Amino acid sequence: MTTAVSFDKISRHFGQVKAVDAVDLDIREGEFFAMLGPSGSGKTTCLRLIAGFERPTAGRLEIFGERAEDVPPYRRNVNTVFQDYALFPHLNVADNVAYGLMVKGVGNAERRREAEEALELVKLPGYGARRPGQLSGGQRQRVALARALVNRPKVLLLDEPLGALDLKLRESMQEELKALQRSLGITFVFVTHDQGEALSMADRVAVFDHGKIKQIGSPEEIYKTPNSRFVADFVGSSNVLPPDFVARHAGEKRWASLRPESVRLVEQAPGAIAATVISSAYMGGTTRLGLDVEGQRINAVLSAGEAIPADGSAVHIGFSRDDLHLMDETG
Amino acid sequence: MNGAASASGAILPARSGLLGNLSDTLWRKPTLLLLLMLAPPVLWLGIVYLGSLFALLLQSFFSIDEFSGLINRQFTLKTYGELLRPSNIDIIVRTVSMAALVTLAAAIVAFPIAYFAARYARGKWKALFYLGIMLPLWSSYLVKIYAWKLILAKEGILTWLLAKLHLTWLIDAWLSLPVVGGNSLSVSFTGTFIVFVYVWLPFMILPVQAALERVPQNLVEASSDLGATPAQTFRTVLFPLALPGIVAGSIFTFSLTLGDYIIPQIIGTSRLFIGQAVYAHQGTAGNIPLAAAFTAVPIVVMGFYLWGARRLGAFNAL
Repeated sequence: MTTAVSFDKISRHFGQVKAVDAVDLDIREGEFFAMLGPSGSGKTTCLRLIAGFERPTAGRLEIFGERAEDVPPYRRNVNTVFQDYALFPHLNVADNVAYGLMVKGVGNAERRREAEEALELVKLPGYGARRPGQLSGGQRQRVALARALVNRPKVLLLDEPLGALDLKLRESMQEELKALQRSLGITFVFVTHDQGEALSMADRVAVFDHGKIKQIGSPEEIYKTPNSRFVADFVGSSNVLPPDFVARHAGEKRWASLRPESVRLVEQAPGAIAATVISSAYMGGTTRLGLDVEGQRINAVLSAGEAIPADGSAVHIGFSRDDLHLMDETG
Repeated sequence: MNGAASASGAILPARSGLLGNLSDTLWRKPTLLLLLMLAPPVLWLGIVYLGSLFALLLQSFFSIDEFSGLINRQFTLKTYGELLRPSNIDIIVRTVSMAALVTLAAAIVAFPIAYFAARYARGKWKALFYLGIMLPLWSSYLVKIYAWKLILAKEGILTWLLAKLHLTWLIDAWLSLPVVGGNSLSVSFTGTFIVFVYVWLPFMILPVQAALERVPQNLVEASSDLGATPAQTFRTVLFPLALPGIVAGSIFTFSLTLGDYIIPQIIGTSRLFIGQAVYAHQGTAGNIPLAAAFTAVPIVVMGFYLWGARRLGAFNAL
C-alpha cells in the first residue's frame, strides 16, 4: 500500500513552544485519517505542515514519496477545506470553486463545466451565481469542499470542517463526507477535537497531546484499548481507574480503563462492589449513572427498561475482568 | 419585610431631577435624540460647507466685463467658454495628468508599506508604523516643502549624493529630457511630482492598510493552497480586496493634487496648475467667475473618477 503522507521525526517549534515535537506518522493512500486532540495539541499544525503553510523546524516530510519540506503550498497537489471556509468574498460561488482551475490556466468554458460538476457533487447545483455572503454556514462549507475537490487533490485536508455547524447538519455532513471519500478514493486527513466525529468517520485515528502522538489505531482500538490515561480520558467517556483501585479489584497495580457500558448493577453477592449513586442523567435511549465506589467516581450506563436507582441509594456493581483494560502506566 | 428595606431594594427605583427626566425622555423617544445629535453637523455641512460651495459655483455662471472689470450678474456660459481656451485647457490637462501620476505612484509606494503594517507589524512595531506615517503630518506643510526645495536644488543634498556615487550623468540625462526636465530638479515637473507623492503618501497608506487589515490571512493561504503563485494571489485576491482602500486613498491624493497651489509654486516650473490659476484669477485678476469655473473642474473630474471606479467594481468588496 502506498504511503500518501509520511512524517519522519517532524518538529515545528514556535520559539519555546513545541507545537509539533518529533512526530512520526504514515498516512496511507485512500484512507480517511483523523487527527484528534484538544486545542493546542499540535494536530492543526500537522495539517498545516502537510498543506505547506508551515515548514518543519526539523524532520523529513514526504508526500507520495517526494520530499516536501521546501515545496511551497501552490506546488503541492494537496488541498485544504478551512475551518472557517476562507471563501473569497469578492467572487461568486462558481468563481470560488473554479479558482484553482483559473490560476492553472484552464479555459473559461471548461472551468464553468467542472465547477458546476463539483457543485453537483456537493449537492449545490445551480448555486454558481450567488455570493458566499448569501449562503448559510452549511452551504459555505459545501462550496469550500467543492473548491478543493475540483482540483482533484491527491490528499484532501479538512481542518475542523464541521465545527461551526449545528448538530443535525453535522451528523448528515459526517455521513456525506464519508460517502464522498469512499466514492472518490481520495486520502482525507481530518482534524477534529470531537472524539465522536473521529471515531465515527475515520479509518484510523491519531490522538495528539502536547505536540506528540499518543496513539494511532483504528477507532475500535483507540476506544477499546487506549494505551494511556490521556487517551482513555480524551476518547470517550471511559472510567479511568487508578492503580490502587485496580490492585484491589483486579490484582494488578496499574492504571486501567473501564467503559461505562461494561459496568452492571448486580445483586449483593461475593465479589460485588458496593457503590452509592451520586447522580443520574436520562439520555433517552440510556441512562447515565454517576457512582461513588470507595471514593472513586465511576460512570455506568443503564439501557432503557432497567430500573433506575434513586440518587443517594446504595447499590452493588460488577464488571467482567475482560472488560477492564490495563494500561502500561503504573505511577 | 419593613418599609425601609423594600424602598432601598425597589424594583423600579424612581429617578428624580431634571437630568434624570431628560435622559428618560430621550430613552423613550430615540428619534428626538437622533435629531438633536444630527442637527448641528447637518446645519454645518448643509449651510456653511455645501452652501458656500454652491454660492461659488453659482459665480461661475456670471461673467466679467472685460473693459470695466466688473462682474455681470447674468447667467451665461461665457466663462465656461473662456475655460476651454487652449491655454486654460493646458492647465487642466497638466493638473489632471500630474494628479493621476501622483496617485499611481503613491499607490505603488504605499502598498508594500501598508501590507507590512497590516500583516506583520504587531505591538510596538505597529505603534512605530503609525508614528512614522503620522509624524510628517504634524509638521508644517510649508517647512516640508522648503526642505524638499533644499534637497532637490542644484547644489542640494541629492545632487551631492549622486555626485559621490558618480551618478551625476544620470540626473543630467533626466533633466535634459523634455517636459519632465529642467535646470534642476527643484524647478522641474519631476520635482513637483516627487514632493506631491511625499506629501500625500500618508493619505494613501492609511486607507490601504485599513483595507488590507480586513483581509483574513486564511484567504491568502487558501489562494496559495489552490495553486496560485504569490503574484497570482496578489492579482486575484489581495489587490481586489484592497481596491476599496486604494480608491479611498486615491480620492485623497487625486483631489488634493488637483487643488494644491503651493507645491507647484515653490517647486516646479512657471507653468500653472489649476490651484494656481484659481488663486491668480480670484486674487490679482479679480476674475471670480473664471476662478469659480476652474474650481468646478476638480469636482467634475472627481465625479467621473468615482463613477468609473464604481463601474470597474472597486466598491464590490465593501
